[in-house]
Amino acid sequence: MNYDFNFSVIWRNWDLLAQGLGLGLFLAIVSIAIGCGIGLLAAFGMLSRQKTLRWIAVAYVSAIRNTPILVLILFCYFALPQLGIALDKISSFIFTLSIYAGAYLAEVFRSGLVALPKGLREAGLAIGLTELKIKTNIIIPVMFRNVLPSLSNNFISLFKDTSLAAAIAVPDLTFYARKINVESFRVIETWMVASMIYVVVCYMIASLLRRLEQRLAIPR
Amino acid sequence: MSPILNISGLHKSFGQVEVLKGIDLTLQQGDVVSLIGSSGSGKTTLLRCVNLLEDFEQGEIELVGETIGYRESSGSQRRRLPEREIARQRAMTGMAFQQFNLFPHMTAVQNVMLGLIKTKRMAKDEARSVAEKWLERVGMEARRDHFPGQLSGGQQQRVAIARAIAMNPQIMLFDEVTSALDPELVAEVLAVVRDLANDGMTMLLVTHEMRFARDVSTKVVFMHQGRIHEEGTSEEMFGAPKTERLQGFLANSQI
Ligand SMILES: Nc1ncnc2c1ncn2[C@@H]1O[C@H](COP(=O)(O)OP(=O)(O)OP(=O)(O)O)[C@@H](O)[C@H]1O
Ligand SMILES: [Mg+2]
Repeated sequence: MNYDFNFSVIWRNWDLLAQGLGLGLFLAIVSIAIGCGIGLLAAFGMLSRQKTLRWIAVAYVSAIRNTPILVLILFCYFALPQLGIALDKISSFIFTLSIYAGAYLAEVFRSGLVALPKGLREAGLAIGLTELKIKTNIIIPVMFRNVLPSLSNNFISLFKDTSLAAAIAVPDLTFYARKINVESFRVIETWMVASMIYVVVCYMIASLLRRLEQRLAIPR
Repeated sequence: MSPILNISGLHKSFGQVEVLKGIDLTLQQGDVVSLIGSSGSGKTTLLRCVNLLEDFEQGEIELVGETIGYRESSGSQRRRLPEREIARQRAMTGMAFQQFNLFPHMTAVQNVMLGLIKTKRMAKDEARSVAEKWLERVGMEARRDHFPGQLSGGQQQRVAIARAIAMNPQIMLFDEVTSALDPELVAEVLAVVRDLANDGMTMLLVTHEMRFARDVSTKVVFMHQGRIHEEGTSEEMFGAPKTERLQGFLANSQI
């Protein structure tokens, strides 16, 4: 094979790619933050003594985890408006990714919660703390530190999932890569560069999170 | 003056199994009562009822004249008190656990401060100085900024005792605070407990350290199968045990 690599069209459009990457990171960060909140609630729900709460949480988590994310994205963007819930592209995607993240993070949080020693809660009770204060001051902070390594993996997956936003024409990195590809016919170069950017950024996120893990780790 | 702790007719079951079958026990100010008895006799369960960590079906527990945990409502139905009330009453008792249960993400001093700030609503500075005072009392002031994972078992247990006692409880409950420790660490923890006892702290303690129980207690209570089988002063219980069961139990435990 004799192929003349020519990256000039990509260099000319680097600002679009950077913009797309920026939007992807933004989508990931916002969705992960909301997803953490949902995930925590769902995790406590799954472990609740109340049957209805438990049922709702389990139903949510298993429904979302058994649906392909692309289907969820399309459903929220195209079907929800028919039911009277119309969101713009970006909000719709954030909504979807948050719900999706919530279900996966709920599983991580749940296993973190059941792994905690029961004595932690009782020690909190013994000094007169209420259940809510025990959760916010003891249970959640300890559990969060313990599950950080598996959270990191989830965060990276969720960042990669932002590439699916291109399916509803959210202008992220993948969206612009496709645009450049279509306009320039530089198929190999475009997708090579796009993949490389994802690889490098994921690597950077991973090392950032590793450093965070080390900083937050419980000293022993 | 009302007693610090007054337990009357306490019954407690786990499902079908009755674990406490009518316990009556009174502690006056400054009393140090040791609970002894074989494994499964209900000692831990009794302490946990006093600290409202367990529900109980029958009987009454009074702390300084206040009935804790339940309220008689109309038609002689008992109702568990709301969470806030329970939390307030729990703070009147201090509990030290066999497994220490320190909060692993907080330093020693933060462990002691948490209850002061969140339950007693102390300002941070005040909480810190109270916490440091108690850490000094248990000989842990040099390690106040260490995390539990950086401390030996004996040191963790001393911090845990400081955490409980800093809340200024009416009574301290100790559940086998040395049985998870390596033998060489037992003495430092017992010294702390003894120091508190000498200082007039009212306490109810479960222990397998018979020599310690004999030295420190104003009263010793021997439990067997959910009942108080024999009780008396240290001298009576260790010097002249009346029942065959207690004689057997003492013969099997090294003094
Ligand atoms: N959460 C529980 N559920 C069911 N049964 C329990 C529970 N906790 C304790 N028991 C039972 O209650 C009985 C008394 O237990 P408890 O822990 O009070 O004994 P103990 O005197 O403290 O024994 P040890 O010296 O071994 O600590 C035991 O038969 C135990 O199996
Ligand atoms: Mg016990």
